[in-house]
Amino acid sequence: MNLNPGTASPNITNPNITNHSLSAIARALKNGDYSSVELTRAYLDRIAAHGGALNAYITVTAERALAQAEAADARRAKGESQPLLGVPLAHKDLFCTAGVRTSCGSRMLDKFIAPYDATVVAKLDAAGMVTLGKTNMDEFAMGSSNENSWYGAVRNPWNHALVPGGSSGGSAAAVAARLCPIATGTDTGGSVRQPASFCGLTGLKATYGRISRWGMIAYASSLDQAGVLAQNAADCALLLQGMAGFDPKDSTSAQVAVPDYAAALHQPLQGLRIGLPKEHFAEGLSLEVEQQIRAALAVFERLGATLVEVSLPNSHLSICAYYVIAPAEASANLSRYDGVRYGYRCERPKDLEDLYKRSRSEGFGNEVKRRIMVGTYALSAGYYEAYYGKAQKVRRLIKDDFTRAFQEVDVIMGPTTPGTAFALGSKTKDPVTMYLEDIYTIAVNLAGLPGMSIPAGQVHGLPIGLQIVGRDFDEARLLNVAHQFQQASDWHTRTPPGVSG
Amino acid sequence: MSIAAKDIDIIAHLARLSLTDTERSDALGSIASILQLVNQMQAVDTSAVAPLAHPFEASQRLREDVVTESDQRETLLTLAPSAEQGLFLVPKVIE
Amino acid sequence: MTWETVIGLEVHVQLATHSKLFSGSSTRFGAAPNTQANVYDLALPGTLPVLNAEALRMAVQFGLAIGAEIGLTSVFDRKNYFYPDLPKGYQTSQLAHPTVGKGALTITRDDGSTQTIGITRAHMEEDAGKSLHEEFPHATGIDLNRAGTPLLEIVSEPELRSAKDAVAYLKKLHSLITYLGISDGDMSQGSMRCDANVSVRKVGATEFGTRAEIKNINSFRFVEKAILVDAQRQIDLIEEGGKVVQETRLYDADKNQTRSMRSKEVANDYRYFPEPDLLPVVIDDAYIAAVRATLPELPDVKAARLQSQYGLSVYDANVLASERATAAYFEEVAQTARDAKLAANWVMVDLQAVLNKNALTIAQSPVSAAALAGLILRIKDNTLSSKIAKTVFEAMVAGEGNADAIIAAKGLTQVTDTHAIEQLIDTVLANNPTQVAQYRAGQEKVFTFFIGQVMKESKGKANPAQVNDLLKAKLAGN
Repeated sequence: MNLNPGTASPNITNPNITNHSLSAIARALKNGDYSSVELTRAYLDRIAAHGGALNAYITVTAERALAQAEAADARRAKGESQPLLGVPLAHKDLFCTAGVRTSCGSRMLDKFIAPYDATVVAKLDAAGMVTLGKTNMDEFAMGSSNENSWYGAVRNPWNHALVPGGSSGGSAAAVAARLCPIATGTDTGGSVRQPASFCGLTGLKATYGRISRWGMIAYASSLDQAGVLAQNAADCALLLQGMAGFDPKDSTSAQVAVPDYAAALHQPLQGLRIGLPKEHFAEGLSLEVEQQIRAALAVFERLGATLVEVSLPNSHLSICAYYVIAPAEASANLSRYDGVRYGYRCERPKDLEDLYKRSRSEGFGNEVKRRIMVGTYALSAGYYEAYYGKAQKVRRLIKDDFTRAFQEVDVIMGPTTPGTAFALGSKTKDPVTMYLEDIYTIAVNLAGLPGMSIPAGQVHGLPIGLQIVGRDFDEARLLNVAHQFQQASDWHTRTPPGVSG
Repeated sequence: MSIAAKDIDIIAHLARLSLTDTERSDALGSIASILQLVNQMQAVDTSAVAPLAHPFEASQRLREDVVTESDQRETLLTLAPSAEQGLFLVPKVIE
Repeated sequence: MTWETVIGLEVHVQLATHSKLFSGSSTRFGAAPNTQANVYDLALPGTLPVLNAEALRMAVQFGLAIGAEIGLTSVFDRKNYFYPDLPKGYQTSQLAHPTVGKGALTITRDDGSTQTIGITRAHMEEDAGKSLHEEFPHATGIDLNRAGTPLLEIVSEPELRSAKDAVAYLKKLHSLITYLGISDGDMSQGSMRCDANVSVRKVGATEFGTRAEIKNINSFRFVEKAILVDAQRQIDLIEEGGKVVQETRLYDADKNQTRSMRSKEVANDYRYFPEPDLLPVVIDDAYIAAVRATLPELPDVKAARLQSQYGLSVYDANVLASERATAAYFEEVAQTARDAKLAANWVMVDLQAVLNKNALTIAQSPVSAAALAGLILRIKDNTLSSKIAKTVFEAMVAGEGNADAIIAAKGLTQVTDTHAIEQLIDTVLANNPTQVAQYRAGQEKVFTFFIGQVMKESKGKANPAQVNDLLKAKLAGN
C-alpha cells in the first residue's frame, strides 16, 4: 500500500530513515519524502533485526503500528499536517494501552490487557502517532539499572555489558539504538533523567501535575510523573506538547495553561542565571564527570548566561526521604495486586491467605517485595512518626531549599549522575549502592519540579548527562536552555557504536 | 532504630508476602541497611517544620455527582483469574 | 452491686448520591452483581479517584445540622488491609482531618426527658463490596457494586448509658439524616449500619471497662437486644471472676447472643497515611454559608415550634417532628382543618395504624393530608360523630373517595335535628318501660342502656352529645 506517490524518489540516497530525529521525520512526512507506513516498516524491520540483543521492547505491536501508520497517512492525504501525525514512538510498558498487554515489567501483569488507554496514550494516538510497542522497564518502575524486569535486563547500546539505567531503560535503549525515534518514560526518582544520561539522550521529566497520571501504573503517586526520552530538546518539546495538559480524571493534574514549547526554543540565553548547587559538586562526584560538566557550563557562559553558586543544604537528605516516602506509597499502591480481579494468581490456592501470599510472592520480583516491606515497616504502628512523618518534614525542607534557590536563579544545573553507565550485575547485591545512583535526581521529584538531562560530554567513550532543573511549570525554559546548548554543541548527535546518527 | 527478624515476619504478613528462609534473611539484611541509610534524617531537627504530603500544593477538585459509567461487567470479568455467575471468586472465606 | 453500661456508637450512613465517592459508577441498590463497578472501583492499574462534590456537600450539611466544627481542610487517608471485597487493598477514609469534627445530638426518651450526646467526629469514606459466602460450595463470590459508595461514619462519645438510649440516639440520627435528605436511612438495605462499643462498670466508677465492639447491627430492635445481651455477658463474666477482652463480636439475632469474630482477631495495623492520589479538600466560609442556607428546619427546632404553635404535648410534638414528611402532613391537616388536637390524634393514631399495617411511608399514604382535613372538618361541623368518622376513614383508605362523597353515598350524615332525635328517644322509652322505671327509681346506670338503644335506632347517626342531653331531659320527666 502506497498512499504517498512522492515517497519513492528523493530520499532513496538516504535509505536509513530510522536515524531521523522527530523534527526531521515531521518535516519529511510533511514534504512527502516518505510515508508513515514506510517509516513504520523501517522501524519494525530494525527492531526485528537488532531489538533482541538489547531487550528494549517487551511487546512489539507491528500490526497495530502499521494500521495506525496507514490511518495517519490517510489523514495527511486529507490535508492534516500536525507535527506528530504519523510519527512512530514507543511507550514505557506502564502506560496502559487498550487491547495491548501492559506488564509494568512484572510477572504479576504478564497477561494483563487493560480495557482502557492511559490519557498520555490516548492523546498521542489522537495526534496521529504510531505506537511501535511497549518498552522494557524495571518492575513497577523500581530500579536504576533495568535489571529488575521479569522480562530480563536491558543492555546499554553504547556497550552491551553495561546497564542502560532505569527504570525507563527500555525506552532509553530503544531511542539510543534508533529502535524508535522517541519514547515515553516516567520518572519517580530519576527514571527518565538517569537512563537519558547513561544512553546519551535528552530526557525530560515534567513538573508534577503537568502530564496526566491517569492510566499510568503507579509506583509512588506523589512522585511519579511522565516524561520523554528523545534525541534532542526540540524533539522533547514536540512530544511534550502532545502529552501535557489538564486531565479531569486525575485529581493531581494541574489546571495550568500549556505554552507553545517549540516556539520557546529559540530565545537567546543572554542574562540567564544558572544556579550550581555546591552540594552537587562535592564528594561522590567523579572527577572526570565534573570536568565534562564544567566544560558544558562554560558553553552556557559563552551563550551569555551567568553561573551562580547556590546551596541546597538538605539535598543529602533527599535519598532518606525518598526511600521512606516512595516505598510507603508503593506498599499501598501495590496492594491491589492480590490475584482476585486481574493479574497473576497462584496455582490451586488452599485458602484466601494462601491465594494472597503465593500470588504476590510469585508475581512480584525481589526489589518490589523489598520496597513493599520497607514501606509497610515505615508506616506501621510505632514507626510512622520516625519514618513517614519525619520524611514528610524533610520533604518540606528540600522543597524550601529549591524555592530559596529559585529566588536567585532561573535554572539549576549539575551532573545528572555521579558517574557513567555501570556494568550489569555490579550493583545488584547491595540495594543501597544502587539507590545512591539517584542522589542528584531524587530531590527534584520530592519537590515536584521539572527536570531534564542532556548529553554534555563523554568519559571513556560513554555519555554523561547535565541535569537542568526549573521552577514549577517552567518546562518551556528548560527546553529553551537545552536547545540553545544543543545549537552550540554536538554531544546530543553522538550515537552508540554501530548506530549512525 | 533497627529491625529484628520477628519484624520481618510481621511486615511480610501485613503485606501478604510469604518468604522462604533465605529470602527472610536476605530481607532482614537489606532492609536493615536501607533503614540505616534513611536513619540519617533522624539527626535533623524538624520540630518546627510542617510536613509536606504532596508536591502539588493545591486543593482537591470536585466532580459533579453524575453517573457516567455503564455496565462493563462482561469486559471486566474476562480479566479475572476466576469468575462465575457475574462474581469474582476466591477460596471460601469463613467468618 | 449494680452495674452501668457504657455505650458508644459508630454509625455508617450511606450518602444518597447518584454516583460513587470517587467514580462515576451508579450507587443504585439491587443491581445485578458487578454491573455497577467500573475500572476504578475494581482498582485496575493506573486508575485514579476524583471526589464527588455532592458527597462533600452532604457531609458538611450533616456537620452543620449537629452544630459541629467543619474541617476547612480535610484530608483523605488510606487505611490499609487485605480483604477480597476491598479492591485497592486500602479503604480511602479520613483519619486526622475529618470533614466533620466535634458536634452533638440531643436524644428524647419516651418519657419526654432529653440528653445531649457528644459526637466525636464524622468522616467520609468509601464502602466495601459484598462477599457472598453461600452461593458456591467451595468459593466466596465477590460483588463490587457497593464498593466505593460514599459513607459518612458518625462516631459518638461513649456517653450513652442504656440500650434504650442507644436506640433513641439512632432514631434521632435517622430522623436527622432523612430530614437532610442525605440518606434514605434504610437499615434493611444497609443504608445505615451500626457498630456498638459496649462496656460495663460498677455504678460510681470513673474508669471505663474493657469494651467489646459489636459489628454491623442492622435494625433498631437488634441494637437494643445486642447491647442488652452483651452487657449481661460482660457482667456475668466479671461476676464469675473473668475478664472482658477487647474484641470484635457479631450479634446473632436468631440465638440472641453475640459471638467473637475470630477471623478479625489477628491484630490489624492499618498503616494510615495521606492518600497521594487526592489533594486536601479545602472549603471556605462562603461554601459553608451556602450549605447552611440549604438546611431545612431540623427536628428539634420543628418539635419546639409544633409545641408552641399548635399547643401540642412534648411527646406528640417529638413524634410528629421525627419525620419531616409526617410533620409536613400534620401541619397541612392542622391548618386546613383548623384543629391541631384532632389533626394530631388522627395522624398519630388512625393514620399511623393504617400505615403500619400496610408497611407504607407517609408519602405513600392512601389518604392525603387534604382529604384527612376534609374528614376532620365534617367532625367539627357535627356532620359526623367520631365513631362514624372512623367508618368514613376506612372507606377513604379503601379508596372510595373523599369524606363528603362517602357521607353522601352512604347516607352517613349525622342526625342533629332535635325533633328527629326526640322521636327516636320516645320510641325507645316507650319500648322499654321496665328500664324507665328502674332509672326513675334511682338506678342511673341504666342511662347508658338508653344511649345505646337510641344510637342503634339511629343506625349510629344521631349526634351523641345531643342524644345525651335530650335523653336526660326526657327521663327527668319533661
